[in-house]
Amino acid sequence: MLEIKNLHVNVEGKKILKGLNLTVNAGEVHSIMGPNGSGKSTLASVLAGRGGYEITDGEVLYKGRDLLELEPEERACEGVFLAFQYPVEIPGVGSIQFLTAALNAVRQHRGLEELDALDALRLFKEKVKALHVSDELLGRSVNEGFSGGEKKKNEIFQMAVLEPTLAILDETDSGLDIDALRVVAEGVNALRSPERGFLVITHYQRLLNYIVPDFVHVLVDGRIVRSGDKKLALHLEEYGYAWAGDRDPAEAAAS
Amino acid sequence: MSTREIEALASREYKYGFVTDIEQEFAPPGLNEEIIRFISAKKGEPEWMLEWRLKAYRYWAEQYEAGKEPGWAFLPYGYGPIDYQAISYYAAPKANPQSLDEVDPELLATYEKLGIPLEEQKWLAGVAVDAVFDSVSVATTFKEELEKHGIIFCSFSEAVRDHPELVQKYIGSVVPHTDNFFAALNSAVFSDGSFVYVPKGVRCPMELSTYFRINAAQTGQFERTLIVADEGSYVSYLEGCTAPMRDENQLHAAVVELVALDDATIKYSTIQNWYPGDEEGHGGIYNFVTKRGKCAGRNSHISWTQVETGSAITWKYPSCILQGDNSVGEFYSVALTNMKQQADTGTKMIHIGKNTKSTIVSKGISAGRGQNTYRGMVKIMKGAEQARNYTQCDSLLIGDKCGAHTFPYIEVKNKTAKMEHEASTSKIGEDQMFYCQQRGIEMEDAMSLIVAGFCKEVFRELPMEFAVEAQKLLSVSLEGSVG
Repeated sequence: MLEIKNLHVNVEGKKILKGLNLTVNAGEVHSIMGPNGSGKSTLASVLAGRGGYEITDGEVLYKGRDLLELEPEERACEGVFLAFQYPVEIPGVGSIQFLTAALNAVRQHRGLEELDALDALRLFKEKVKALHVSDELLGRSVNEGFSGGEKKKNEIFQMAVLEPTLAILDETDSGLDIDALRVVAEGVNALRSPERGFLVITHYQRLLNYIVPDFVHVLVDGRIVRSGDKKLALHLEEYGYAWAGDRDPAEAAAS
Repeated sequence: MSTREIEALASREYKYGFVTDIEQEFAPPGLNEEIIRFISAKKGEPEWMLEWRLKAYRYWAEQYEAGKEPGWAFLPYGYGPIDYQAISYYAAPKANPQSLDEVDPELLATYEKLGIPLEEQKWLAGVAVDAVFDSVSVATTFKEELEKHGIIFCSFSEAVRDHPELVQKYIGSVVPHTDNFFAALNSAVFSDGSFVYVPKGVRCPMELSTYFRINAAQTGQFERTLIVADEGSYVSYLEGCTAPMRDENQLHAAVVELVALDDATIKYSTIQNWYPGDEEGHGGIYNFVTKRGKCAGRNSHISWTQVETGSAITWKYPSCILQGDNSVGEFYSVALTNMKQQADTGTKMIHIGKNTKSTIVSKGISAGRGQNTYRGMVKIMKGAEQARNYTQCDSLLIGDKCGAHTFPYIEVKNKTAKMEHEASTSKIGEDQMFYCQQRGIEMEDAMSLIVAGFCKEVFRELPMEFAVEAQKLLSVSLEGSVG
């Protein structure tokens, strides 16, 4: 579904991604871990199409198409969803109004009938309930005055409504208390399906206790230096990122 | 998305720039006593009206001679000198229709094109319209229906003829001809406008609306509106304005006077979309307007709501004199400047009576190289025990070549007053736009959404149909090629 080949990205002339390769198939959950400044958020932004990133080499195929050619809104309509690390406040714009506009843009693109205000609201209420999120969020402006945890929950709620094919979570766990973390994880787990791929970007192993990944990749200095299964995350927890760039600790011990 | 793209989105096209080809009658250009007499004669006015005009003219001429054209507004791009002798002060379609059936079809087509059908059955249910084309009122709808309630809604000229006692009593009572340079000019040469009188205890059953259209070249539009709400009455009034695209600047100097007696309420809404000029600031309307309401009675209430998107330059301060005890004044404003438009707008709230309250909510949006200024005065007089004011003043910047400026003046002469002032300035961020796009919303829709959100507190004060219209107008004003 998603194939990233030899991706090189500069930000303001500085090399951030230096030949990143990654394949995500439908039904898989991939976790990307790495220290600060390793390029995790850059990867998320480039995939979603945020401006200000210069792609100097490599390609990204999504459902066999050149993803980098598409406008951000086209990517969204094609099923790419980014749960933001810092969700933006849009004062005065009601959450319902915003999400209805988004939902109908996506539905229209997918050849589905647009939902009227009432049906949309019904859907939102259903999703809110299933996620155990307070429906009070619906009555407020987009992210305005939300706590950190509320913002992140709102991202997961939007994801549930828009039903993406590829969901990218950019450090959704950062700054969350354990209850909010559980809500976020449950939301993701409920959406796991054979048609859907996840890219879970995180700094800490903690989230992966709740969202169990099929693959874990370690991103250091713009490259994936190591891939494995969920056990890799535990190793990281124990030995830190410095280790990941070196040889395998087991091998190191044996020699 | 880059700042440049956001700016490109904000560039606009003006939809109402066409000219109606119709036979018109003009006064020769220039301003002197002869012209005043000519206008007055054209309208078949009584002697007292002519005398009133001449008094105003003489005052204006003095000011003019003394070089007292006001220059205090904040206009970073300045403006060309106005040649008052080059303007024609009267332009009217030749035929003088007695009813809607006799109105020139060209004129009806013009209003149709503007989205203001004058055939009553076509117009939004429950809105009566007075259409003013250049200097004269061409049609007023739903007159009979209103007459049943004793409500007078007619052109100013008709009011002078048919209701002289009311006009004489109230004209100049809120904005005297000596008030300012442009009010004096208007008082001398005003050609038409709307007149409304709502009798005691009557709640006007429909929205009243005047639609102003400047058509002729080298003319000015000087309309005058007077609304009187008698004790315990209620009226909601809306005005809309457009003009053709022309290279020269045209002057629009209107006066609006509102009078609310005991327990009366007047809601006055404006959607102003005069031609704004082009990208480089050529052409466009000079919109120099005096609007003021007097809460003369106890518990009276005047509320101004304005959505200002047009004109090359706007100077406008719809104000309230809160004379009656417990009276309430409100001002809700959205002003958008794009290209090289300049707006210096705000309000004055003069608290005289006890327990008077005022609310000011001003939203300024600057795009392109637009310059947007809020100028507001809140004055609490000595006898205004327990007066209260709340002011909120927000500016939104789109791109990095525009400006937002705020000049609040506060004068308090009574210790019991409570004043609140809040102000903010923000930029439509790439972050906000990207967030919308990432959810599948196109750039143009995203911009409209964000701007509408910013203006929400003002839009909700507008009558429903017009809130929709205003929102559309803002979208159009910000429309452009996607970068």
